[in-house]
Amino acid sequence: MKGYKLLRTALKGLRRNPMRATLTTLGIVIGVAAVIAMMEIGAGSSAAIRKSISSMGANVLLVLPGTAASGGVSFGAGSVITLTPEDSEAILRECPAVRSAAPVVRARTQVIYGSKNWVPFSMYGTTPAFLEVRDWTTLAEGEPFTERDVLNANKVCLLGQTLVRELFQGQSPIGKEVRVKNVSFRVVGVLSPKGANMMGMDQDDILLAPWTTMKYRVTGSTLSNANQSLSSGSSGSSNGLSNLYPAGQPSLYPERSEVQDADNPMPVRFANIDQIMVSATSASEIRRAIQEITTLLRARHRIRDDEPNDFTVRDMTEMTNTLSSTTRLMTNLLLFVAMISLLVGGVGIMNIMLVSVTERTREIGLRMAVGARPKDILRQFLVESVLLCLGGGAMGILVGHGGSRLVWILLRWPVEASPAAVLAAVLVSASVGTAFGFYPAWKASRLDPIDALRYE
Amino acid sequence: MKFIELREVCKTYKSGQVSVPVLKGVSLTVDRGEFVALMGASGSGKSTLMNILGCLDRPSSGSYWLDGQDVSGLSPDQRARLRNRMVGFIFQSFNLLPRTSALENVAMPLSYAVPQPSEKEARRRAAEMLCRVGLGHRLDHEPSRLSGGEQQRVAIARALVGRPSVLLADEPTGNLDSRISDGILRTFRKLNEEDGITVILVTHDAQVASYAMRTVRIHDGIILDGGLANEPLTLGGEVNG
Repeated sequence: MKGYKLLRTALKGLRRNPMRATLTTLGIVIGVAAVIAMMEIGAGSSAAIRKSISSMGANVLLVLPGTAASGGVSFGAGSVITLTPEDSEAILRECPAVRSAAPVVRARTQVIYGSKNWVPFSMYGTTPAFLEVRDWTTLAEGEPFTERDVLNANKVCLLGQTLVRELFQGQSPIGKEVRVKNVSFRVVGVLSPKGANMMGMDQDDILLAPWTTMKYRVTGSTLSNANQSLSSGSSGSSNGLSNLYPAGQPSLYPERSEVQDADNPMPVRFANIDQIMVSATSASEIRRAIQEITTLLRARHRIRDDEPNDFTVRDMTEMTNTLSSTTRLMTNLLLFVAMISLLVGGVGIMNIMLVSVTERTREIGLRMAVGARPKDILRQFLVESVLLCLGGGAMGILVGHGGSRLVWILLRWPVEASPAAVLAAVLVSASVGTAFGFYPAWKASRLDPIDALRYE
Repeated sequence: MKFIELREVCKTYKSGQVSVPVLKGVSLTVDRGEFVALMGASGSGKSTLMNILGCLDRPSSGSYWLDGQDVSGLSPDQRARLRNRMVGFIFQSFNLLPRTSALENVAMPLSYAVPQPSEKEARRRAAEMLCRVGLGHRLDHEPSRLSGGEQQRVAIARALVGRPSVLLADEPTGNLDSRISDGILRTFRKLNEEDGITVILVTHDAQVASYAMRTVRIHDGIILDGGLANEPLTLGGEVNG
């Protein structure tokens, strides 16, 4: 029998008992609807979870300066200052797997407002991109500082919730001035609360300011120990070590005279930064981002192939792993539930097809008598059950999609349409139809036409 | 060789350890274009014989030639093809598909034909057959809206639509009253005379058998008389049993 004719025969067979066909399909409709709705709601929740985990910083990479070593003693990460704000700009510009990058200058000192004072856990001098990197762009109050503030080294800052609580006790800090090392900073905004990070450190205990301000007006240099070239730099301010030991130490090298400086200018790097914070475009792009950054910085720092990096790129492997295992768990769970509901639907189909075969025994006998071969009968009943399942699948897709829309409208749960789920539902319902329709169809095809014709 | 030729056909059913012989060496010939009645009491083996004649069943031993072809050794698929091409079945209980129009009931066997006619062609032929049996005005009626006689006419049209050379009717008038039966049986005779279709009528009723040209009596799995074509009835001996 030709394909379309087979389809017509099967359709006619089903149409003869529309009520039963509909009820049979109900199992599959519910099954597929559940699958689709689950997939869409699940994908939505999964995306939401992914987003919230990545807001914890799963996509964040830290580029740290390299390690100094002297006579076999290494001083640990960050002991050499090799990173510049230009590195940060270059990373953003030239690495496609990077979403944003912000240079960071760290400090740790007292913040004073009125009669209150507090030493925040982190004081970062950075650019507005920092908020993007940390997924912190929604402020509780006020506005973030701008690129212009960074260029002009304006004395503005953003405060974290803890700092606001400690210094202002319920007042709005916007427009107020806080003092940091006798420099007045105008508070332009308050960060939204973020709570503790995975290590239990309070992320709200923070002050953000333009890195230029932080560097040139507050610390005078980086927090880390001295960079030889900077110590003779024109900024003229003392470095961290001399702050610690105001009595000073004898210089290791003879002071250069003004004439020497004029004749033989040392390469002076005005702006060194403590680290660069980078966010990858997605958690899965982290590996690529690390590779791109490494290549770029090696080129920028003119490092020969046989030399080690003068910087380190650090990622949050633990978080990334949590993220991917969470997603995998969710997907598997949903798949499992989906399989069960489809199985139940399939059993329903098999049940009804068996009833149908018994009820239509005489028809089967007649068809065989007029020339249908066993495989024609097998095919007819198989097509019927596949049609039932596909019809049920189509209905289920509509119902499931409608259901998930309803969940979004009524409960505002995040949902995400999933073409893969639709495709899977179609495939699965067709295969359920084949798998569970096969036994009844096989049974029908094995009937003896003589007995079947006489069947009462 | 005759159109239909059975030689020493036996059929034994096995139920567990017990073998039940139903046909015990039946020899029968039928010429093309004959109208034969197969007559016997119930349990005489006439239905089994008819199943073998219609290629629904295979003889346990003996041979069966239909139109010069040895049918006894064919596979189920080959027999299905043969039934579709050569044999038209008419049953006592009509066996029409419920909730399906007369036209589609008649066209149904064509969907198993090789080569398969187009949908349009199949409907045209089905309509033509229904007109021939006098149901041209009932094409779209479902079996539940037809009388018994009309249903059997639909079944006849269905048997004829594949242009078979032999029509097997198993108690075709068993469920009909005598007036309607007469019409149906006349139709058979007309088909036999006008189209030259070989008709084999299975019945237990002598009245029905009288429409046929020849009557073959079967009793307890053995043909009593009338088993050979072109044999004067008088040579078949007396009716005994």
